[in-house]
Amino acid sequence: MQAFTVLEGFAAPLDRANVDTDQIIPKQYLKSIKRTGFGDYLFDAWRFTDPGKMGMTPNERALNREFVLNQPQYQGASVLLARDNFGCGSSREHAVWALQEYGFRVVIAPSFADIFFGNCFKNGVLPVALDAEIVDELFAQVAEGLQLRVDLAAQTVTVVGSDSVFEFHVDSALKQKMLSGMDDIDMTLAERALIEDFEAQHRQRQPWLFRD
Amino acid sequence: MAQTLYDKIWQAHDVGQRTDGNSLLYIDLQLLHEVTSPQAFEGLQLADRPLWRVTANLATPDHNVPTTDRDKGFAGITDEIALAQVVTLDENCKKFGVQQFEINDPRQGIVHVVGPEQGATLPGMTIVCGDSHTSTHGAFAALAQGIGTSEVEHVMATQCLVQNKAKNFAINVSGSLAPGVTAKDLVLAIIGRLGTAGATGHTIEYRGAAIRELSMEARMTLCNMAIEAGARAGLVAVDDTTIEYIAGRPFAPKGEQWDQAVAYWRTLVSDDGADFDQILELDASQVAPQVTWGTSPEMVSGVDQQVPDPQSMSDAVQAESARLALDYMGLEPEQPITGIKLDRIFIGSCTNARIEDLRAAAAVIGGGRVADTIKQALVVPGSGLVKAQAEKEGLAQIFIDAGFEWRSAGCSMCLGMNPDQLGNGEHCASTSNRNFEGRQGYGGRTHLVSPAMAAAAAVAGHFVDVRELS
Repeated sequence: MQAFTVLEGFAAPLDRANVDTDQIIPKQYLKSIKRTGFGDYLFDAWRFTDPGKMGMTPNERALNREFVLNQPQYQGASVLLARDNFGCGSSREHAVWALQEYGFRVVIAPSFADIFFGNCFKNGVLPVALDAEIVDELFAQVAEGLQLRVDLAAQTVTVVGSDSVFEFHVDSALKQKMLSGMDDIDMTLAERALIEDFEAQHRQRQPWLFRD
Repeated sequence: MAQTLYDKIWQAHDVGQRTDGNSLLYIDLQLLHEVTSPQAFEGLQLADRPLWRVTANLATPDHNVPTTDRDKGFAGITDEIALAQVVTLDENCKKFGVQQFEINDPRQGIVHVVGPEQGATLPGMTIVCGDSHTSTHGAFAALAQGIGTSEVEHVMATQCLVQNKAKNFAINVSGSLAPGVTAKDLVLAIIGRLGTAGATGHTIEYRGAAIRELSMEARMTLCNMAIEAGARAGLVAVDDTTIEYIAGRPFAPKGEQWDQAVAYWRTLVSDDGADFDQILELDASQVAPQVTWGTSPEMVSGVDQQVPDPQSMSDAVQAESARLALDYMGLEPEQPITGIKLDRIFIGSCTNARIEDLRAAAAVIGGGRVADTIKQALVVPGSGLVKAQAEKEGLAQIFIDAGFEWRSAGCSMCLGMNPDQLGNGEHCASTSNRNFEGRQGYGGRTHLVSPAMAAAAAVAGHFVDVRELS
């Protein structure tokens, strides 16, 4: 996994609550058996006015010029500013793959849906939950070009060129994993003996759960 | 100390807490389908890792499979990209030795219908699947959660999930549902009250007299949509209904092990005095048949109500969401719900495609016919076995005679990954679980309802209150 330490970049706003993973990456693109190739279809039904198909490039599509991410000032943004319950709905990790490939490494919102939140940490995308009032404040500034510095070790979001610094909470285990880019499976397999012991006892207690 | 049902299942699977506070949670069963597993199998192969325990996995293709031409097997899939995904699942299962109900196996179906039907889903289990509606299996007092593909790979390789324990949320439902009102209406009413993030970070336990009266199929419908209230998992405690449903199913324990298992399963209830972090009280008798009018399951009203007016909403973000939703749905504020004209009907999905759902839908049709204004009315059974049962009971003939299309099992129009999709701007009465923009097809407009409500709407061409049908 790609490690995450510090990111400095521009923010783009998506001013809607309950943005679901069907919007982040629609189902017609879930047929791929790869982990890559989803960035072109991020927010597909909002970014384009035609129904796309797997394999089409943005150049072949009808761009929705009114959609916020298509506006010139937000090109190259790496921080997505969002509203409550971002990433609700389907468990598809493709949603995170699409955000990351498009260029977003941080999503800031007042709250996130559970499965999406977990999926972010598997892919080096940092979901930052800030109070709704702070998110409101950031939304108010974003049109003028909001440059943010997100420091995971310090757990801070700083508005570059100002003295606004916002602290955020992050689970310490998830933080360490993101900072180092450690592989989850290797970490767990380091505890193989513990799992094997548990499994043997579990089999004794509930033998009907084991078909082997 | 008094424990909740969730506390008990968690404790029975807690391999050990790490110094960082996270736990390793042992997983008893992983269900696999073609959409979220290929990248996980690929990851295993790249790292040259085996499956930790092969028999803890069970697979079936469901999301992408066509609901026609199934006797042709793979050749029935005309979409080449979809075909590659279904074939990849097949190849991976063969390579790794995972049991699979293949595309033309009568036991194939939607994973969340197949698991319970086979008795693979058992009380007290931990179950995962790369699908958010895994919460369905909680009806059996199993801790069942949807996970992302990286976690699918993690469970394949380690038989564990790394997790923090969630909080406990009790939803206490008193009274009884009125005739014609179903578990689908109850869960939509709950989501309407809680909102789609109302139970985030919690495991829901549905409790109370109204829940005890429900069949296993109805309990599955309830737990299925726990995720739509933000909860990763929903639970219902074990009782006679649970145990009677499991008895004799192919994967269920037999003989002495059955008695041993039942004795344990009887303990899978929350203790008296167990502490819940949040509680919602609801009277089932007050629930009307529900219809969603917006683009989130929380945007729901009774069928006897009107589409709300965003201007009357006090919360600015909520009002803006409602305005966007009505714009997308092509609906006017204060329009009666029963006045919404429909183009298509979909009876199916992991929420409502079990035998009881099909019985309820068929009962409403009586001798009626699908209205001329309806372009298509689909019935897609949840599994090959549900299909066979419905044919045996004569339900299939009722649907066919009424002008419904009788299809083969799969996820179908719930998410429109296969050819079953809504056209741009079309309104659909759907027994599925999500009314998100474009979910059932580009520009499609979904109204979530129960099977009885969908069938009644098919005949009328618009929504009707099933309580008023004789």
